[in-house]
Amino acid sequence: MIRYIRRAAAFCLLLLVALLVNAARIQIFQADELDDNPANRRSTIARYDQPRGNILVGEESVTGSEDTGEQLAYERTYKHGPLYAPVTGYASQTYGTTLVENAEDDILSGTDSLLAPLPLWNEITRSRQPGGNVVTTVKDSVQRAAYEGLGGRRGAVAALDPSTGKILALVSSPSYDPERLSGTGSAVTDAWARLTSSKSQPMLNRAIRQTYPPGSTFKIVTAAAALDSGVVTDPDAATDTPSPYVLPGTSTVLPNEASGCGKASLSEAIRVSCNTVMAHLGVEVGLDGMLEAVAKFGFNDSGLRIPSGVAKSNFDTEMSDDQLALSSIGQFDTTATPLQMAMVASAVANGGDLMYPYLVDRTTTDDGNTVQQRGSRSYHQAMNPTTAMRLQRMMVDVVESGTGTNAAIDGVTVGGKTGTAQHGIDNSGTPYAWFISWAQEKNSGRPAVAVAVVVEDASANRADISGGGSAAPIARAVMQAALDD
Amino acid sequence: MTATRADAPPPELRLPKRRGVELCLLVGAVLISVYGYADVGLARNGAVPPDVAGYGAGLGLLALVAHLAVRFRAPYADPLLLPIAVLLNGLGLVLIYRLDLETPKDQAAPTQLIWSTLGVAFFIAVVVFLRDHRVLQRYAYLSVAAALVLMIVPIFFPAVNGAKIWIRVGGFSFQPGEFAKILLAIFFAAYLAANRNALAYTGRKLWKLQLPTGRVLGPIVAIWLLSVGVLVLERDLGTSLLFFGLFVIMLYVATGRTGWIAVGMVLAAVGAFVVGSFEPHVHSRVEDWLDPFASIDAGQGPSQLAQSLFAFAAGGMLGAGLGLGHSILIGFAAKSDFILATAGEELGLSGLTAVFLLYALLVARGYRAGLALRDPFGRLLAIGLASILALQVFVIAGGVMGLIPLTGMAMPFLAQGGSSVVTNWIIVALLIRVSDVARTPHPDHAETGVVAPVLEDEQ
Repeated sequence: MIRYIRRAAAFCLLLLVALLVNAARIQIFQADELDDNPANRRSTIARYDQPRGNILVGEESVTGSEDTGEQLAYERTYKHGPLYAPVTGYASQTYGTTLVENAEDDILSGTDSLLAPLPLWNEITRSRQPGGNVVTTVKDSVQRAAYEGLGGRRGAVAALDPSTGKILALVSSPSYDPERLSGTGSAVTDAWARLTSSKSQPMLNRAIRQTYPPGSTFKIVTAAAALDSGVVTDPDAATDTPSPYVLPGTSTVLPNEASGCGKASLSEAIRVSCNTVMAHLGVEVGLDGMLEAVAKFGFNDSGLRIPSGVAKSNFDTEMSDDQLALSSIGQFDTTATPLQMAMVASAVANGGDLMYPYLVDRTTTDDGNTVQQRGSRSYHQAMNPTTAMRLQRMMVDVVESGTGTNAAIDGVTVGGKTGTAQHGIDNSGTPYAWFISWAQEKNSGRPAVAVAVVVEDASANRADISGGGSAAPIARAVMQAALDD
Repeated sequence: MTATRADAPPPELRLPKRRGVELCLLVGAVLISVYGYADVGLARNGAVPPDVAGYGAGLGLLALVAHLAVRFRAPYADPLLLPIAVLLNGLGLVLIYRLDLETPKDQAAPTQLIWSTLGVAFFIAVVVFLRDHRVLQRYAYLSVAAALVLMIVPIFFPAVNGAKIWIRVGGFSFQPGEFAKILLAIFFAAYLAANRNALAYTGRKLWKLQLPTGRVLGPIVAIWLLSVGVLVLERDLGTSLLFFGLFVIMLYVATGRTGWIAVGMVLAAVGAFVVGSFEPHVHSRVEDWLDPFASIDAGQGPSQLAQSLFAFAAGGMLGAGLGLGHSILIGFAAKSDFILATAGEELGLSGLTAVFLLYALLVARGYRAGLALRDPFGRLLAIGLASILALQVFVIAGGVMGLIPLTGMAMPFLAQGGSSVVTNWIIVALLIRVSDVARTPHPDHAETGVVAPVLEDEQ
C-alpha cells in the first residue's frame, strides 16, 4: 500500500507543478499581451487614478480635476469651458480626448517618459508620475475679446503673434462646455448626443478644422504672387484689366461690387477690392506661379500641426484659366481655415517671413519645472521683404480709406483686408464675412498681432460691406486687446 | 500530556510532540494575517483599519483555542496542519475584506468570520470528542446514506447561478455537497479497507485487468455513479470531478491496480465529452476555456475567465500589492470562485506560489500521516482527505487560470463560503486526529482496525 500512496502523492505533486507552471505562464510570459488587451480596463483605471495635469493660459489654469470616488476616479473640470474649448478640447472618459488634451495627453496623464526622473526605475516599479502641465501661448484678454466679439454668432477668430507664430487666440462660436463630456454615465452620453446632433455644430473647431471660401481676403495672396513674380512691378501703375472682365475662354462676365476698377492699379484694386483686376493678375501669374505662392503661405499643406492637426486649406492644382481667375479672388474651390488667413496677414506684417503657428509654449512637471520648451521657427519666406512692405502699405490703405475703416485704431498702424464669400448652390447661402488684419504700434519695430475673423451669419449681404461691417469690428477689438497686453 | 492513554510509553521512547513549534507557527500565521489586514487599510485609506486589533484578537483567539484543544487532546498531532489552516483562513479573510471595500453594499468578511468561528468550533469538537478515527469506520453506511441525502436535497431548491447545490432557509444558505465530501471519503475508506483484498485479487481476469466480483465492486460503483449522477443533475461539475478523482485515487491506493487508473481516465474522458457536448451550461464553459477572449471579439466584453486572466497578468512577478489591484472587475464571483485571482493580482506570482506551497504542505502532511498509520482505514481516510484538498485546489485554481475548464468550486479556506470553511476545518481536524495516532510513539493500534465484519455490524 505504501508504494501506491507514494505514487498518489507524486500525482498530487504533479498537479501542483502544473498549477505553478501555468501561473508563471500567465503572470510572466503572457502578462504583457493580457495587459494590452483592449478589453482590460486596468490601464484605463490607472489613467484616471490621479488628477490630470492642467492646461494654462498665462499663469492661470483653465482646467481642473475632480475626484468622483468612482472606479475611474478623476474627471476633468473646465473653468470658462466654452471660451477655451477650441483650445483645450475635451478630455472625456467616454469619448477620449481632442485638441491640446489629445496632443499633450502623455504629459497631462503623466505617462510621458520625460516626466520621470529615472525612467528605467519607473519602468521596473511601474510607478506613475503626477500629470504635467501644458502652458499655452494664448492670451486671455485676446481670447475674451474674440469670443465676446463674435457674441454667439457662428464664426471663428484666429490671432497670431506675427514675429513668433504664437497663437494668441483661437475662438470658435457657438462653443460648448467640454466639462459636460467628462466622466461616464447617461448625462455624458446625453450631452454628447445633443452636441453632435445640434445644427450649429458647437463641437466643430471652426478656427482650425473648418475651411471657408476666403473671398476677397485671398486677394492679398494673389497680390503677393503678382509682385513676387514680377507681373506687377509698380503697384501704383495702371493695369490693363477691363471692367467688367470676361473670364478667359468663356463668355462669363466677372463683375465688380466696387466702382472705378477699370484699368485700376494693384493698390487701388486692393483698397476697394476689385474682383476683375485680381482675377486677371492671377491668370497672368499662371497656375504654376500661383501654386508656388499659395504653398509658401501654407495652402495645400495637410501636415500643419499646432500641435493638433489643422485642416488643409485648398487651392486646386489643376485648373483652366477661368477657374484660376475665380480661384485668385478666393472663389471656385479655394478654401481656407481662419488660422490660414491669419497666417497670410501675419506673413505680410512680419516682412514676408511666415512663422510656424503654435499653441503650446511649454510643458512642465506638476511642480512647474519646464520639461520641454517649444521655440518659434520659420515656416516659409512667404514673399520678398519688398513685396511685404508694399502689401503692408496697401493693407493700411484699406483700413484708412478703403473697405476696412471699421478696424482702425487711433495711433496704431493697422492693415486689413475685407472679404465676403458667396457659398451655397447659386450662392444662395448667407455670405461669410471675412476680415484679416494686423496691427503695429507706431514706435514699435515689429507687429503685435495678426488676426483673421470669419462670421458665418453676417446680416449685411453686399460684398465686402459685410466683411468690413461684421468682421472688422471684431478684429479691431482683438487687436486692441493684444496691443494693450 | 498523554492523558488519553493509560499505557503511555516510557519517556525515553517519546517522540517530540512539537506543540511549542505549533504555537510559534500559529503566532506567525496570525501576525501575517493581521499584517495583511493592516496593509489593505494602509494601501486604500492611508490608515490601519480601526478594527485591526479586533480582527487580530479574534483570529488569535480562534487559533489559541484550537491549539489548546490539540495540545490536550491530540498532543502528537502534526504541528504544521493547524498553523497552515489558520494562515490560509486568515489570508482568506483579508482578501474578502479587501474585496468588500469595492462592494460597500455587500459585506462578506463579517459573515465569513462567523463561519470561520463555527468551523473552528467543529474542529475543536472533532478533536475533543472523536477519540479515535477508527470509530468512524463503524458509521460507513450511515455516512454514505447521509451523504446521498445531503446531495439530493438541493434538487428541491431553486438554482443559484446555474447550479442547484444550495439549500436556502430564510436568509440562511449552505451547500450540503461540501459536507458530503467528508462522509463519502469516510465511506470509501471504510469500504475499500474492508474489501481491498477481494477487489484486488478475486474475480475474472479480462486481458491484463483483474476484474473484481460484482458483489464486491457493485455497491461502491453504484454509490459512486449515484453521487456523480446527482451532481450532474445539479450541474455541480466541480464536485462530481472531485468525487471521481477521489474515488480513483482511493481505489488505486487500496488495490494497487494501475488498471483502475486507466479505466478511470477512460471513463472520465467519455463522461466529460458527453456532459461537455450535451449540457449547455457545461458546454459554454468548455467553449469559454478554449477561447477565453471570444466574447471580447464578439463585442460583448470580457468573460469572467478573461477578467480573471487579466487579473493574474496584472499581478506579474511581485503583485500590485494588497488593496491595489482591480480584480473586482471579475464580477459577482470575485469573492468566491475567483478569489485566487485577487491573490494572483495583488500578491503576484511570488505570493501565489507561497499559497500553493501552503496547500501542498497541507496535502503532503495528510499523506505523511497516511504513510505512518498502520490501519488501512486510517490510511485511506488520510489519503482521501488530503486528496480532496489537492483535487479541489487543482480544479478551481486550474479553472480560474484557464488550465482546465472552469467548474464552480471554493478554494479551500480562502474563498467566501460558509459550508466550505466549516468543511475544511473538519477535514483538518480529522487529519489532526489521524496524524496524532500516526505519530503517537506506542504502536498499540497496529493492524487492529482491519476487521471487515465491522461493516456488516453497522446497519
